[in-house]
Amino acid sequence: MSTLTDPPKPAFRLSQLIYDTRYRSITIQLVALLLMVLGIGWLVNNTVQNLAALGKDFNFGFLDNSAGYDINQRLIDYNSQMSHGRAAMVGILNTLLVAFLGCVTATVIGVIAGVLRLSKNWVVSRLMAVYVEGFRNIPLLLWIILIFSIMSESMPQPKDFRGAEPAASMIFSDHVAVTNRGIWIPRLGFTNSLSGNEAVASVEGLPAVATGGADWALIGVTLLISIIAIGFVRTRASQLQEATGNRPTTWYLQLGLLVIPFVIVALFLGMTVVTPFLKGFNFTEGTHLRNSLIALWIALSLYTGAFIAEIVRAGILAVSKGQSEAAFALGMRPNRTMNLVILPQAMRVIVPPLISQYLNLAKNSSLAIAVGYMDVRATLGGITINQTGRELEGMLLLGGFYLLLSLLISSVMNYFNNRTQLRER
Amino acid sequence: MSDTNTHAVSYVRESMLAESAPPSTETGTIKWMRENLFSSVLNSVLTILSILVVYWAVSKIGPWFWNSVWDAGSLTECREILAAQGMGGHDGACFGVIKDRWQQLIFGFYPSEYYWRPVLALLVFFVGITPVLFDSVPRKMLILTILTPFVMYLLLWGGAIWLPLMVVAGFGVGYLAMKFLSPVNGLLGTIGAIILPLIFWLYLAGPIADWLTFYAPIGFEFVPSKSFGGFTLSLVIGIVAIILSLPLGILLALARQSNLPIIKYSAVTFIEVIRGVPLIVWLFTASLLLNYFLPPGTNFDLMLRVIIMVTLFSAAYIAEVVRGGLAALPKGQYEGGDSLGLSYWQSMQLIVLPQALKISIPGIVNTFIGLFKDTTLVVFIGLFDPIGLAGAIRASTDWNGIYWELFIFIGVMFFIFCFSMGRYSLYLENKLQREHR
Repeated sequence: MSTLTDPPKPAFRLSQLIYDTRYRSITIQLVALLLMVLGIGWLVNNTVQNLAALGKDFNFGFLDNSAGYDINQRLIDYNSQMSHGRAAMVGILNTLLVAFLGCVTATVIGVIAGVLRLSKNWVVSRLMAVYVEGFRNIPLLLWIILIFSIMSESMPQPKDFRGAEPAASMIFSDHVAVTNRGIWIPRLGFTNSLSGNEAVASVEGLPAVATGGADWALIGVTLLISIIAIGFVRTRASQLQEATGNRPTTWYLQLGLLVIPFVIVALFLGMTVVTPFLKGFNFTEGTHLRNSLIALWIALSLYTGAFIAEIVRAGILAVSKGQSEAAFALGMRPNRTMNLVILPQAMRVIVPPLISQYLNLAKNSSLAIAVGYMDVRATLGGITINQTGRELEGMLLLGGFYLLLSLLISSVMNYFNNRTQLRER
Repeated sequence: MSDTNTHAVSYVRESMLAESAPPSTETGTIKWMRENLFSSVLNSVLTILSILVVYWAVSKIGPWFWNSVWDAGSLTECREILAAQGMGGHDGACFGVIKDRWQQLIFGFYPSEYYWRPVLALLVFFVGITPVLFDSVPRKMLILTILTPFVMYLLLWGGAIWLPLMVVAGFGVGYLAMKFLSPVNGLLGTIGAIILPLIFWLYLAGPIADWLTFYAPIGFEFVPSKSFGGFTLSLVIGIVAIILSLPLGILLALARQSNLPIIKYSAVTFIEVIRGVPLIVWLFTASLLLNYFLPPGTNFDLMLRVIIMVTLFSAAYIAEVVRGGLAALPKGQYEGGDSLGLSYWQSMQLIVLPQALKISIPGIVNTFIGLFKDTTLVVFIGLFDPIGLAGAIRASTDWNGIYWELFIFIGVMFFIFCFSMGRYSLYLENKLQREHR
């Protein structure tokens, strides 16, 4: 009678670490890990030695010190007595501002250019091809500097607007002033502001207005409530459609919900438009868009718009022609075909590269350095580093900010990808 | 009415009508215009708008080009020439600045008696790259390709011929080690082929090169990196970074797709950190911080630092493009390689990468175009790329106040380089398109 025994276990030999695929992967990883740890240790050791030699330490205390420099463009309250951390915050907000504005306009430009480039109209499609190729093949930096030069060299000076026969005049029926120091556009003010009123630069005939955070907060809350109410109306309409097959007409209800509360609040606050006017050597009141912001914004939008145009074009071309033909065969009208058949499929192709273009735009906004726009690289990564001599800490924070921004945007992308992935069975 | 069929029908045509030409609205230019330009109201509006835009641009900019002055030594002189023709200072372009300063824009501060060296280096580059780009060229020319980097280094920076030769010799040492040690033991061969050249480069190459230079000083005049500028600088940084970042990017992509977790996650971290931060921050890191990370007292060339940073940056982007290509391959291709008993590197080299790279070509070329455009950012850390030189030219008394002419020149040059790269990628795509003919 024979007994079944396990096959003899071969003793582990050292050479298996290299020749046996089961163990080799562990060997390779251990060697790689060792090399990496050694490399990083070497770098850290060097850094510690270098810092010691320079008599510097490594801490972020400088963020609390008084910054001592002014920032000409700020979205939050700031003056030179405030801390470096606050200055960095102003810079971060400026970066986010130009990135947001750029993303919006780049999308609009890109979608229009992409659709027009597919047009059967020869002149239009050629023109769009010239735009796309021109912007894609010339460095962004050159465009930023070029647009900045156009703004500051070719536009009229504020003093040209003066006199009975001015050399330049404001556009849009005297509401917008384009000068070589920037563009002044009207802003909204409130005559019954919640935070008290102040006179507009002491000019006769103008009501006293103010712009306070409380006013804007009230308007924001009103709009939010309107939007939630509209959401309810739409859900109810969908439920009715499910139940009866007929969708009630609700567009006037939706429009009313959006407009009427807003108008009431605006009347209550006495919302009025404050137009810029010439005073002394410069324009005053209104919102001043600096040349640096305008140049950066326009250049980023046009440059990224050219890339987005290509993405949109590729996305539309990716939907096979049979899809639209099938929709027409079912008797759908062209715009329903576009909305229900083509766009949902094209969006799946368009959105991931579109978001990575947004990411590129946000990173490219660091080219603000070319025109002196005070973004986070200019405040935290520029003046703060120069004043405090904290290169290591400053660059780490700067890199960390951009990394965080990128990771946020890419996680949005991944979320979208997972939601719209084609689920194949 | 004819006699033959008097009562049957009132009228019968007995002869064929001659063919007449289609109506004029359905032929030639008019038909084309009707179909392409004015097929609907919206289309007509768009056409008219576009024509207006083109007309506006041409009428504004055309005369400026038309009246341009090419022979002028300074902006004042140029304006005087324009005034003599009865025009204002801004009615004509002063391309005299290009004629006056083109050498500076192209070569930077490179010594003028050696201008032939960068030009020759570029020619050598084109000769070396031809067998890689076009497969109709004899394969033996690939030997030239391998030698190209060393020849280009010698031409651009100069110095004694021996140091580059020693670098080449190091590869020779590695080859010999592989050849003689592999028969003894495969692993020993691999290790020898890595370790021996390193020892050679670190400890032997320097002294031998010094010794040879002392006794046989053959070579070119040395040109330091800070003399590089203009398009020479852009091209050197661009070309070196392109050549180095492709293999690095492919390795990173393979590492990211690897089954080994440590390798995979270090590649992921590296790629995401590099990609998440703008190039300009990396360039500042290179110029401000690199000295912290290196042993005390090391101080190396700013241009070399920039090249390293740009290479790492574009390698991370290429890694993502190649990863897309790797992910797009059907799993059967990987399994096919395994089932044939190929090793990892064999199956990558023979089966996976040729297909994955083919898919990734447009993305890779786009990354290269982006890299080349990004070389303009070095102006912010004090290197004189074309845009930096434009600033320097504007700062001179002769050309103070000139803008558009320089920008147009630089823009056109970049356009030519980038556009031709894009066209080459289209050519390659069409050539490699084996399916769906």
